[in-house]
Amino acid sequence: MVTRDGEAGETVNLLVQRTSDGALSLTLAGRLDSRTTGHVWRLAEEALGNAGTSQLVVDASGLEYCDISGIGLIVHWRRRQRDLGASFDLRGESEEVRRLLDLLWEGAGEEHAPERSRVAWVEQVGQAAVAQWHACRDLVAFVGHLTVSSARVALRRQKVRWDDAILVAEAAGLNALPIVVLIGFTMGLIIAFQSAVSLRRFAAEIYVPDAVILAMFREMAPLFTAIVLAGRSGSAFAAEIGTMKVNEEVDALRTMGLDPVPFLALPRVLAGVLVTPLLTVFADLSGLIGGGVVFASLGFPPVTYVNRLLMRGDLVDFFGGLFKSLAYGILVAAVGCHHGLQTGTGARAVGESTTRSVVAGIILIVIADAVLSFIYYVLGI
Amino acid sequence: MSQAAEHDAVIEVRDFTAAFGDRIILEELNFDVRRGEVFVILGRSGSGKSTLMKHMIGLHAPRRGTIRIGGDDIASADEAQRLRILKKFGVMFQSGALFGSMTLLENVRLPLEEFTDLPNEALTLIATMKLALVGLESFAQMMPSELSGGMKKRGAIARAMALDPQILFLDEPSAGLDPITSAELDGLILRICRTLGMTFVVVTHELPSIFTIADRVIMVDERTPGIVAEGLPQDLKEHSEDPRVRRFFHREGGSES
Repeated sequence: MVTRDGEAGETVNLLVQRTSDGALSLTLAGRLDSRTTGHVWRLAEEALGNAGTSQLVVDASGLEYCDISGIGLIVHWRRRQRDLGASFDLRGESEEVRRLLDLLWEGAGEEHAPERSRVAWVEQVGQAAVAQWHACRDLVAFVGHLTVSSARVALRRQKVRWDDAILVAEAAGLNALPIVVLIGFTMGLIIAFQSAVSLRRFAAEIYVPDAVILAMFREMAPLFTAIVLAGRSGSAFAAEIGTMKVNEEVDALRTMGLDPVPFLALPRVLAGVLVTPLLTVFADLSGLIGGGVVFASLGFPPVTYVNRLLMRGDLVDFFGGLFKSLAYGILVAAVGCHHGLQTGTGARAVGESTTRSVVAGIILIVIADAVLSFIYYVLGI
Repeated sequence: MSQAAEHDAVIEVRDFTAAFGDRIILEELNFDVRRGEVFVILGRSGSGKSTLMKHMIGLHAPRRGTIRIGGDDIASADEAQRLRILKKFGVMFQSGALFGSMTLLENVRLPLEEFTDLPNEALTLIATMKLALVGLESFAQMMPSELSGGMKKRGAIARAMALDPQILFLDEPSAGLDPITSAELDGLILRICRTLGMTFVVVTHELPSIFTIADRVIMVDERTPGIVAEGLPQDLKEHSEDPRVRRFFHREGGSES
């Protein structure tokens, strides 16, 4: 005899007996509900496992209450006996249990195997390749759409929502300033330290400012600003537009005759174009300050640092970096909007778009960096 | 109140007042929901009937008054009591609110997995039986996004019934459904109510639905303290003197008199 204690009065008893004719007898008493059924289920499973294919007699006369979970247990026993070709006998059940069992036996008769067919791996590779191809095609189409929209705005054939662009620019630009300044300062610090370690061997620490200004202007400031933008704003664009897509707001725009690309994407891309170079300038400046701190700690006066910077500093490097950051800003904002508009249905799809927008944004930043660096090299910039 | 009636009530609402900030939504409501009945809360859009339901299921705390579900006040319950009260009822939200990242079967299995110690095989069997009860057993492996509006609502009812609660709350079951699907859903509600003896609290303003399923209705109105009307829908339609009730049941527009 086992008892499952719960709240007052909510217990169930299971008595397992072997009758004289070799049948297994299970006697239930008490309350069989979703809370108590699990325990009885396991105990009975053990007893049945030892019993093999014998007759099963279930005495339910002591059941005070039995809900669908409890009926599930009886259905389970009955089905087991049917599958084994052994007999099943339910005795003493109340009118209600009988009625529920009749109602539910049909539907629970067979479990439905997952309908998702298994796909061979060759087919999976093929499907993935096609999906990638479609993704590339969609991206190209989106770039074309965005370009046409920009051209129409430039030719004054289309209005652009400047108010939206300014709001987005504030969120993506002004609010990102502290973190961009912090990262720029730290990068300057790190570059100065690393170069000082190498240059000390040649007693050439005087060249530390050269390394800082070159690395920050040409590479680090644009790159890190763009990565911050991808993490903060590209993802936000994807999540916002993705949620609009899920809520059919994008469809509502379409039926009003408002194209979502110029309406939603263009203001965000314009904001990206506006703020990324500005943020890069701040990253440049804070990087130089960070480098200066290290340079001063090496024992040089600040005036030496400024002189070295002015001597080595080059407007071509500065504007080369800003041009890079402009390209990254367009990419990050456009990819965020693109993945937002590609969102499927449901909450998970929004999460997927957001992830994809950040990953694709960073990949595109790195690729664009490589391409632009090569072009700069060829052009001798 | 007589001893018998008190015993019969599964939900007792007393001196209930709901307010957001300074704005009083509902005032001084008193009513009982009896065991095994389909109890319909009706009212115009914006009358506070959904607000009333959200208070009854414990999502909002009332400004004043008590809401006893099976004898326990949900408003003043501590965390452990609250969890116990929550298991006495299931809720179907207006849009179904099935979890989009899970299959239908997983949606129904979830409460069983979390709150019972049933073995894995039992979870699937019992969840499948619940789906069979609403006629969706062959859609068990579908994602919610692949289901129609009516199927989503039926799936949500199956999930609300996962732990065999005594009470089911349904928020606008007919909203957004065609008349046929809506009638089928009404049939399902009645079938579950009659065969399983469950109590239903339904928020709706769909007249055909009200006449089919309701054992008893109350009408609430934001501007009126207390309940505007209570009784059988047919009686209210034919005999009510209250102009608001008459206009509601006869679908008459027009300005407030």
